[in-house]
Amino acid sequence: MSLSEEQVRNVARLARLGLDDDQIAEYAGELSNILEVVASLEQADTTDVEPMAHPLDLAARLRADAAVAVQSRDDFQAIAPAVAEGVYLVPKVIE
Amino acid sequence: MSDERSIRQLAGDLAAKRLSAVELTDHFLKRIAAHDERLNTLISRSESAARERAAAIDAGTDAGTPLAGVPIAHKDIFCTRGVRTSCGSRMLDNFVAPYDATVVERLAAAGTVTLGKTNMDEFAMGSSNETSFYGAVRNPWNTDHVPGGSSGGSAAAVAAGMVPAATGSDTGGSIRQPAAFCGVTGIKPTYGRVSRYGMIAFASSLDQGGCFARSAEDCAAVLQAMAGFDERDSTSVERAVPDYSAALAAQGDDFLKGMKVGLPKEYFAEGLDNASREVINAAIGEFEARGAEIVEITLPHTELAVSTYYVLAPAEASSNLARFDGVRYGYRCDNPVDLEDLYTRSRGEGFGREVQRRIMVGAYVLSAGYYDAYYLKAQKTRRLIARDFSDAFDKVDLIAAPVTQAPAFKLGEKLDDPVSMYLNDVYTLPASLAGLPGMSVPAGFVDGLPVGLQLLAPWFEESRLLGAAHAYQQSTDWHSKRPAGFE
Repeated sequence: MSLSEEQVRNVARLARLGLDDDQIAEYAGELSNILEVVASLEQADTTDVEPMAHPLDLAARLRADAAVAVQSRDDFQAIAPAVAEGVYLVPKVIE
Repeated sequence: MSDERSIRQLAGDLAAKRLSAVELTDHFLKRIAAHDERLNTLISRSESAARERAAAIDAGTDAGTPLAGVPIAHKDIFCTRGVRTSCGSRMLDNFVAPYDATVVERLAAAGTVTLGKTNMDEFAMGSSNETSFYGAVRNPWNTDHVPGGSSGGSAAAVAAGMVPAATGSDTGGSIRQPAAFCGVTGIKPTYGRVSRYGMIAFASSLDQGGCFARSAEDCAAVLQAMAGFDERDSTSVERAVPDYSAALAAQGDDFLKGMKVGLPKEYFAEGLDNASREVINAAIGEFEARGAEIVEITLPHTELAVSTYYVLAPAEASSNLARFDGVRYGYRCDNPVDLEDLYTRSRGEGFGREVQRRIMVGAYVLSAGYYDAYYLKAQKTRRLIARDFSDAFDKVDLIAAPVTQAPAFKLGEKLDDPVSMYLNDVYTLPASLAGLPGMSVPAGFVDGLPVGLQLLAPWFEESRLLGAAHAYQQSTDWHSKRPAGFE
């Protein structure tokens, strides 16, 4: 299984990773090598085997629908790159 | 001089006021100041906060807690309120956590004094501690060699006697492998035993917190304070935690008598270095001498573990790491022109190579058209691997095996070859995929580098693991050896 640079560019776009052309070329080789290793999964006979999403086969526990104390917005926004009046700032989205 | 006292002895001496928390904290802070420049085990140090806390303990405000005054270091994956929590990444270089992880909170409630945050592979992705934004950690036994990863800073700090215990996390071997490479005792509990709340997520169905210390007895004391149900982690298991230290004391030296110990033949096949094999065989001989019955077992799907893990872990990582977008916290690129540019450049500049590789592998295996062939298939092979273990534990009480194929490799040796780095994890990945508890116990040396014996027990049988390791450590002294230059 080998990945073309075009495929890597597409995956990088899906993952929102800004990469330059040199990086794309390097990753194409590395990701191809990794996929070659994982290709061995194909050979495994998994007929009638249920997929395992949780190592103990437990379902996620539900908690009671009750209000709990939350930390202040100020605490969380103190570490944000850009905030004003309680909202997070990003570049303009709508012209 | 490093302090040779066990954590139980230290806690006893502190409680009886034969030793003050300030003295003990200063002792370890001095060792950090003397040695850490060479080893780079700590990303952040908290000298003044540690001294203040120790003084408060001496003043009696925290008295009566089981670990009152015992110094500890936390892997920088655990959120610590008011202290930078970097996860070894440029992405979180400026992240000061707004809350404490449950593990940090519980260990503080038990009376520990935090000396600092330990170095790690970026976002816990790596087996050598070389992917850290803060530079590689060096192995105290030979500073040309890696300490293992991803919890390499924690393992090396304990090995060099800079702290008596440290926390870690294990997704595919990140506690057991560095414990083996650094000659310390490490335990990865059953998935769900220790809360993941506030432990920065890498692969949520695999991540599990644990700890490092000199001995199994010390690990028991630390794990006791960490383990147990937590409402804030939806995968935390509601199950009583046994008294680990009491279990060790009650069963003592006879612990291994009559115990059936399985040796999985797949872990002793081609690939295991001969000198390491001799060390492991000698350790197993010691188990036999103490009354254990040794039997060969088979875990037939072992060879699928690397492929299974390197589909599932990157898939989960690509999803978990989507949250780092430069908007709410962490790194943000300069002068983004639009939102897309903000996301892509922040992530392109903020994440290192190994993390980007894994995010892309994950995005690929989850993408339309490939999901069934990779992700779903790997979830099925994961079950085959887990079944191997449940079948094995029908026949044996404990599994013993090597942790790694060879002792610590040299810095830089595998860094440019991700696949060879991945293949190196072959003995630790299966138990992680199955969610089993595992340990690495110091078992000897090859060319001056430590070798670890891996012990695996059935789900939630941490007591059995700790008991077996403790019995072994009663008649061996590998765990009390100190690296030259760090005595």
